[in-house]
Amino acid sequence: MNEPPEPISPYEAIPIRLRVNGELRSGAVEPRRTLADFLREELSLTGTHLGCEHGVCGACTVLVDGEPARSCLLLAVQVNGAEVRTIEGLAVAGELSPLQSAMRDQHGFQCGFCTPGFLMQIQALLEERRALSEAEVREELSGNLCRCTGYESIVRGVMAALGSGADG
Amino acid sequence: MQKHQEDGRVLAGGQSLIPLLALRLARPALLIDLARIAELARLGEWEGGISIGAMVRQRVAERSPLVRQRAPLLAAALKFIAHPAIRSRGTVGGSLAHADPAAELPAVVVTLEAELVVASSERGERTIPAADFFSGHYTTALLADEILTEIRIPGPGPSTGFSFHEVSRRSGDFAMVGVAAAVAVEEGSISGARLCLTGVADRPVLATAPELGLLGVAPDRGVFEAAGEAIAARLRPPTDLHGSAEYRRQLALVLVARALRSASQRARGDNEDRREGAPA
Ligand SMILES: Cc1cc2nc3c(=O)[nH]c(=O)nc-3n(C[C@@H](O)[C@H](O)[C@H](O)COP(=O)(O)OP(=O)(O)OC[C@H]3O[C@@H](n4cnc5c(N)ncnc54)[C@H](O)[C@@H]3O)c2cc1C
Ligand code: FES
Ligand code: FES
Repeated sequence: MNEPPEPISPYEAIPIRLRVNGELRSGAVEPRRTLADFLREELSLTGTHLGCEHGVCGACTVLVDGEPARSCLLLAVQVNGAEVRTIEGLAVAGELSPLQSAMRDQHGFQCGFCTPGFLMQIQALLEERRALSEAEVREELSGNLCRCTGYESIVRGVMAALGSGADG
Repeated sequence: MQKHQEDGRVLAGGQSLIPLLALRLARPALLIDLARIAELARLGEWEGGISIGAMVRQRVAERSPLVRQRAPLLAAALKFIAHPAIRSRGTVGGSLAHADPAAELPAVVVTLEAELVVASSERGERTIPAADFFSGHYTTALLADEILTEIRIPGPGPSTGFSFHEVSRRSGDFAMVGVAAAVAVEEGSISGARLCLTGVADRPVLATAPELGLLGVAPDRGVFEAAGEAIAARLRPPTDLHGSAEYRRQLALVLVARALRSASQRARGDNEDRREGAPA
């Protein structure tokens, strides 16, 4: 193995560049900063919510290179060079995406705290373009917790979005 | 690693380590990100089986046709780890090195007699049989200056079927009890079996055909249930928030019988079935 690079102090900011919702963004972050905090505090993208901050609730789910991931369990330095998509990127030119419309029509949220994480997880599912039964949808969404809806309306929203062939 | 063995930790997918940092349960002075080492993310053929780099993401392994074909037990077990959004970052090597006593993959590599390749910058590589790798709660045979680099899994033997079964409180939670099983059936009788339980001790618990009273007998429900009882009787599982020792012993009994039965059915069935692996 090669000579390892010198370690970086936890307080020293490291430059990173990444694409967020299609836009090139750069910043300098302490190595310990999570992606969630970077998005919310440095980029003011506060649509990504933080619930548990240790991977259990799914509220902070974003897409990293097309795959859903917990932004509370990723350090910002780990996504240097990656393509990140957040809830702010779903609507196009102020128009709700087909998924967002389906969720609104089915009353898929109440307080809305869990919604950004759910929508990004569901968005990834839609982009896989698989036919899914309701039971499979429930399984796929089992990593996202909601304290309000009882999940019924969320699942209805997903089934509606799947039915309409929505993927964007 | 050599230089920072006192206070450094390697970072793989971060899906166990970052929560520990967030909760201040671990406070390393230094994190070494293994993602920069491209060779560690290779997945390919190895003799009749497969070689999986430690940094291969769980989601990548789960989707790989090669893994499904050559290591159907691994493919089946991966689906039980957490949720897709966690498997998209979590790595195969990270799960093994972390050695959670309720994790799925340690039971899989022990059942399949995998070899774990570890390396240090000082002494180079050595290979550890999976059965010798896990030494207790979150503890492995890795020395302070070593990292896990590669997992080598032998190909499936002839007429062998595999299955993975577990019960957890909620979908995606760590198993209360999980069972990985491999059963070979030739000319109507069992010619070999290995199974391994997770969640019942500080490390995976292995049992083989002779201990299970399975060698040379015809696979039927009665012998599998007897094997389940024999194993359950010898377990001293923990009692915790998720379940009592007694409940875990009962789960072990039922899941062992179930896993042996579905593995033997796959062993007798056609290849397609065997390749499918075993969602619960
Ligand atoms: C909500 C939630 C649910 C989960 N459920 C399950 C579950 O049901 N089953 C399960 O098995 N796991 C579960 N996990 C943990 C699993 O997702 C992790 O992926 C895995 O345990 C660690 O892999 P990692 O790549 O993320 O490793 P990291 O978190 O990066 O590292 C874990 C530990 O291993 C060490 N390490 C990592 N790679 C190496 C290496 N190559 N060599 C030496 N040391 C190394 C690190 O230093 C660290 O101490 C869950 C996690 C979360 C957040
Ligand atoms: S805030 Fe990240 S999973 Fe709960
Ligand atoms: S809508 Fe309130 S938590 Fe889901």
